Amino acid sequence: MREGLTGSRIRERRAMAGLKQAELASRIGISASYLNLIEHNRRRIGGKLLLNIASALGVDASALTEGAEAALIAKLREAASAAKLPKVDVNTADEFAGRFPGWAEVLAAGYRRVGALERTVETLSDRLAHDPKLAASVHELLSTAAAIRSTASILADDKKITTEWRDRFHVNLDQDSRRLAQSSKALVNYLDNQSGDQEGYAIGSPQEEVDAFFAEHDYTFEEIESGTIAAEELVGQSEGLVSGSARHIARGILQQLALDAGEVSLQKLQDQIQSVGMDPIRLAKYFAVSVSTILRRLGSLKSLNAGLVVCDRTGSLLFRKPTKGFTIPRFDAPCALLPLFDGLSSVGQISRNKIAVAGRSEMEFEVFAVAEPVSVFSYNNAPLVQATMLVVPLKSNELSDLSKPIEIGATCRVCPRELCPARREPSILSSGF
Amino acid sequence: MKKRVLLVEDEPNIIEAITFLLSREGWHVDTQTDGATAVKRVRELQPDLLMLDHMLPGKSGLDILIELRSDDQFLALPILMLTARGQMRDRAEAEAAGVSRFMTKPFSNTEVLAAVRDLTRN
Repeated sequence: MREGLTGSRIRERRAMAGLKQAELASRIGISASYLNLIEHNRRRIGGKLLLNIASALGVDASALTEGAEAALIAKLREAASAAKLPKVDVNTADEFAGRFPGWAEVLAAGYRRVGALERTVETLSDRLAHDPKLAASVHELLSTAAAIRSTASILADDKKITTEWRDRFHVNLDQDSRRLAQSSKALVNYLDNQSGDQEGYAIGSPQEEVDAFFAEHDYTFEEIESGTIAAEELVGQSEGLVSGSARHIARGILQQLALDAGEVSLQKLQDQIQSVGMDPIRLAKYFAVSVSTILRRLGSLKSLNAGLVVCDRTGSLLFRKPTKGFTIPRFDAPCALLPLFDGLSSVGQISRNKIAVAGRSEMEFEVFAVAEPVSVFSYNNAPLVQATMLVVPLKSNELSDLSKPIEIGATCRVCPRELCPARREPSILSSGF
Repeated sequence: MKKRVLLVEDEPNIIEAITFLLSREGWHVDTQTDGATAVKRVRELQPDLLMLDHMLPGKSGLDILIELRSDDQFLALPILMLTARGQMRDRAEAEAAGVSRFMTKPFSNTEVLAAVRDLTRN
């Protein structure tokens, strides 16, 4: 296999500089045939020779090295895998990038763009279907447009209309066009104000404020962990938590975090993982805490990069921390096949599964879930229950003793698994907008 | 005797435009701006056609539709739903509840008139 694309970049830069192969070879003191081998990625290159070539071409050596190439090739391989190309084709990504670096960049950029647009479609579709403020704004716009269209059409088509009616319709048109301008502006402001907070996200509901708050802190609260600040104080300092509901939700989550941190410090947890492995049951036993507590602590462990979801007995989501390749929709109901919900019907049972999330990258995760009582026991009253699910990314080459993954999606509206038995509604990916 | 249409719509300028259009076509047009008392009004007026907005104050157009269709007396009443909610789910729900025609805003006058004629042909 060829050794990356440094050679292709050298060739490209040499051509851009208007130098012949022999000229460049002469300047750096090597033979033209050796340079030819380098340029065709048939010889490794590095060290002083690379610096000399970079200097002769008037570019920084890093512009010629493999860091960017590796990212490009990885992206091409990802695109090829998503398109379900045979493995033999996937493995030629480096050769393709070497021979056609410009086209490879275009393809990779297109693939990145498709990914970004898919996320936007997912978010907007989710919002349009379930954000009451957005739905009301769109209704207002369309109703005003309907009134304008109908009135203008009468004025244009009816030549015998009386002066009285004509005047009334002109007034109506004036009113409606002003209203349309105002409501359009309000809608744009509403969308604009939200788009800057986080890529692809918009803030409108308390849950969104909470999500943005936690994302802004990268789900890490060292001051809460160390007990140097109270949840109430941290919430009070936040400019993003505007509504009372959002502050209430965030305060509750942070108070739980403080309690958890008091029972299991992240450092001790990390040490114990080194000792017994990533086994929530053994960890819970060691720290003498519930498995839910361990799952939440593992969700706070930065090195694990895990996602975490918590729901109550109704399945309503109380907390969601995404991880790459696994997100939980904000407004729409999540996939019914999530192991999170299994525990609600068998409280105390700890499940461990492998899941594959439908999408372009089809990533796999190891998932631990448990539902445990959160209220005080009393006679004839079923306890309140919370289910917790930890989502740990599996590396592509990582072996897992769990063989067949459970195939899940984000939510039905954007899930490509058409024949899923848990489907609640058609997917816009198959039926189109 | 003029045929009677009840227009349940909360947007005053749509009411005015549709009233003008249908009056010109020889209809007697009654109007209602809230959903809460719409069913009561249908019972009182016994219209030949009901035009119904989807999003109304008090009660949604879909709920009004469901209530009317649960009454044998209004099983055959032509009901034209005018709505800004054009999503598949809304249409499917309205069709399942027995809407006669589902039309999304902004509609053209020609479309509305054609639908009215079509629904009240007999």
